[in-house]
Amino acid sequence: MNNNGKLKFEIDGKTCYAEKGQSIIDAAKANGIFIPSFCHVEGVKPPGSCRICNVKVNGHNMTACTTPVTENMTVENNIPELIELRKAIIEVLFVSGNHFCPSCEKSGNCELQALAYRYQMMVPRFPYEFPIKGVDASSDHILLDRDRCIMCKRCIGTVTKDGKNVFAFNSRGGEHLHVVMDDVLASQLSEQEAQEAMELCPVGAILRKEQGYLVPIGERKYDQAPIGSDIEKS
Amino acid sequence: MKEKIQSLIKKYGNDRGRLIDILLDIQEMYRHIPGEAVTIIADQLELSKVDVEQTITFYHFFSLEPVGIYAIYLNDSPVAWTHGRAEVARAFEKELGILFNNVTEDGLIGLWDTADIGMNDQEPAAIINGIVFTELDPSKAKKIIQGIKEGKGIKELAEEIGAELNGPDLLRTMVKNNIRKKGAVIFADYEIGKALKQTVTQTPEQIVDEVKKSNLRGRGGAGFPTGLKWDFCRQAGGDEVYLICNADEGEPGTFKERVILTELPKLLFEGMAIAGYALDAKQGIIYLRYEYRYLKAYLENVLQEMRDQNLLGKSIAGKEGFDFDVRIQLGAGAYVCGEESGLIESMEGKRGEPRNRPPFPVQKGYLDKPTVVNNVETLCKVVPIMLKGADWFKALGTKESAGTKLLSISGDCKNPGVYEVQWGMTIDEMLEMVGASAVQAVQVGGPSGTCIDPSQFNRSIAFEDLATGGSMIVIGKDRDLLKDYVLNFMSFFIEETCGSCVPCRSLPVILRNKLLKIMDGNGTKNDIDELYTWSQFGKSANRCGLGQTAANPIISTIDNFRGLYEDLVKTDEEYLSTFNMEQAVAASCEVVGRVPNIKSH
Repeated sequence: MNNNGKLKFEIDGKTCYAEKGQSIIDAAKANGIFIPSFCHVEGVKPPGSCRICNVKVNGHNMTACTTPVTENMTVENNIPELIELRKAIIEVLFVSGNHFCPSCEKSGNCELQALAYRYQMMVPRFPYEFPIKGVDASSDHILLDRDRCIMCKRCIGTVTKDGKNVFAFNSRGGEHLHVVMDDVLASQLSEQEAQEAMELCPVGAILRKEQGYLVPIGERKYDQAPIGSDIEKS
Repeated sequence: MKEKIQSLIKKYGNDRGRLIDILLDIQEMYRHIPGEAVTIIADQLELSKVDVEQTITFYHFFSLEPVGIYAIYLNDSPVAWTHGRAEVARAFEKELGILFNNVTEDGLIGLWDTADIGMNDQEPAAIINGIVFTELDPSKAKKIIQGIKEGKGIKELAEEIGAELNGPDLLRTMVKNNIRKKGAVIFADYEIGKALKQTVTQTPEQIVDEVKKSNLRGRGGAGFPTGLKWDFCRQAGGDEVYLICNADEGEPGTFKERVILTELPKLLFEGMAIAGYALDAKQGIIYLRYEYRYLKAYLENVLQEMRDQNLLGKSIAGKEGFDFDVRIQLGAGAYVCGEESGLIESMEGKRGEPRNRPPFPVQKGYLDKPTVVNNVETLCKVVPIMLKGADWFKALGTKESAGTKLLSISGDCKNPGVYEVQWGMTIDEMLEMVGASAVQAVQVGGPSGTCIDPSQFNRSIAFEDLATGGSMIVIGKDRDLLKDYVLNFMSFFIEETCGSCVPCRSLPVILRNKLLKIMDGNGTKNDIDELYTWSQFGKSANRCGLGQTAANPIISTIDNFRGLYEDLVKTDEEYLSTFNMEQAVAASCEVVGRVPNIKSH
């Protein structure tokens, strides 16, 4: 380790450098390599729940958001097996929720939609389940639309009011797990905090009330440039 | 209610980490966790209400709605079904006039399904207010309901229905031990305290080395070398180290730990004390699955006896500075808490969601301190290893699997129960031992293991061949393997996944639906291939053992019983639509009161 105290490692044959303790996903980003993620937000302890950032570390599957880089680590990222896995995870999310992009306020800013384009999903291989999920509109500022929720956990433990969690999981299992919102705390969020919660959500599950379509579809973030392209250019 | 609950929380030191204990007490008191209680807990522990509820709703035996003053939890494992569960369930329903997952109008009795309760050798079995009822039949079910209605106590009812009760006064249970074969390690002569006294004459490093040398591997299923785990924990250092005994055996079909806890609790606690010595741990905790709550008072008493004998507590066995004690932590009903990091989360009062690794529990475990989690059987084995030495232990079993293994054998055989065998025994030998004939399959290692066909019965039970945590289910020729077993196991995983990882949460649902499509006669050969391909995604993508193995019931039966699937599909067709026009328009037909002539379209 003599590269100004940085760790030397490799992603798909490209030599990269990482700070000590840095996760593979953050280090990859710093080296101009995009690894997709739904649950990870830089600077927050990653839940490691979406599993789409799975990479091969010295031949073993590991989530890039939870695994710190070590010296001489070999990481495989853009390989057919992982591309297939990531595409399957995206498709799983589409069929196990109710995602109707054309009528969604988050269209164009949605990371699920953007990654579906990136991984060239045409139609999911799995049958749609059309589950009944429900909407929670009890808060003054926020609408929680579970049809679109991918249960990535980004909001859980991150969106807080007076140190208390506004969002939480409820129940467990493949057919009952869902996200709930503390209506009292959610109503106490400032407009700024509500906006931040909406932006934190990778999909259109957390939406601000009384605000919508301020930027027309077609002119939004991923309408301008595909997801990951900002990282890959740098 | 307010003062009662506030003082209860205070009793647990206003500690958020003891939330499970607080909730267990409240559930016991009110037969559910009332909304008012949630608010009080949230206020006192400075949590949001949804935060408290996310822990409550994670566990099967907590409920926000009343479960009945008498809550009957009837086991839902395949062996329960093949041994008459349906008739017992019907008898309960008929007697009460309600269906399962409901409570009688007067709130007296509730009927609930529950995942395997560790009684596979005496099914059908149920837990009623903590007391286990085994070998039920419709007439016993009727007696139970009548008894409850007559105001009899639940213990009194157990006495009435169980022909003979086992164990000392504190236990007195219908549950049988069914020890069928005693081996050289666990069910051998045991003199309490002897190993511990020998242990303290050596250094902790010497103890770790001896365990390493013995090649003892974890008996919970994963088979990690025990000595190495201890060594890692010692290397992690730190002023506080925890030893946790995992007594959350939830793998359907396993029950050997229940037998150890009943028969040989002192052996276990002595093993814990030895481990505590080797790890420099002061505190041992046994995480006892809720289903075994009936053992708690009995075990507490055993612990006290051992303290009185100076085998726990301060300066154990006369060794100055060797202080170690054990407390019991109850679970609340969650299979995934058998995974060591999920178990730790649960012990901290949270949802039992397995953690991401690294860091490993030996580095950062309970309360972020270095923690060793060992299985009940593993810890017991340490005791004779200390007395007879690593070489003696290593000489038993096979090259990669040293010693003996406790098997919980159940299903279609004459003598279900616990067998202590040497690693290396073949399945054929095992089947002969238990008195099984006309066997279609053996489910090795429970749902997360593998289902093998007779052509593989010459394989041996060992880490290097057929690894198992101990669950062995014999499946007879006349069972419907797909319906009785594979479907049940998939539903089990769907219910028991914590849901955190996407592939583990959603893929089993997709696979189960596909399986149903095939079972309903709507599948093609292509569907079998897709089912198999899709099953592979979870293996490497998920965080913990549950997610990595949740598709195993399908994978291993397509591997070994493909014919059963092929019999169900129309092999001459490449594609079969599952769309049913009549079904699709049924609701609207009802509204408009007309039925279109679909056939002419």
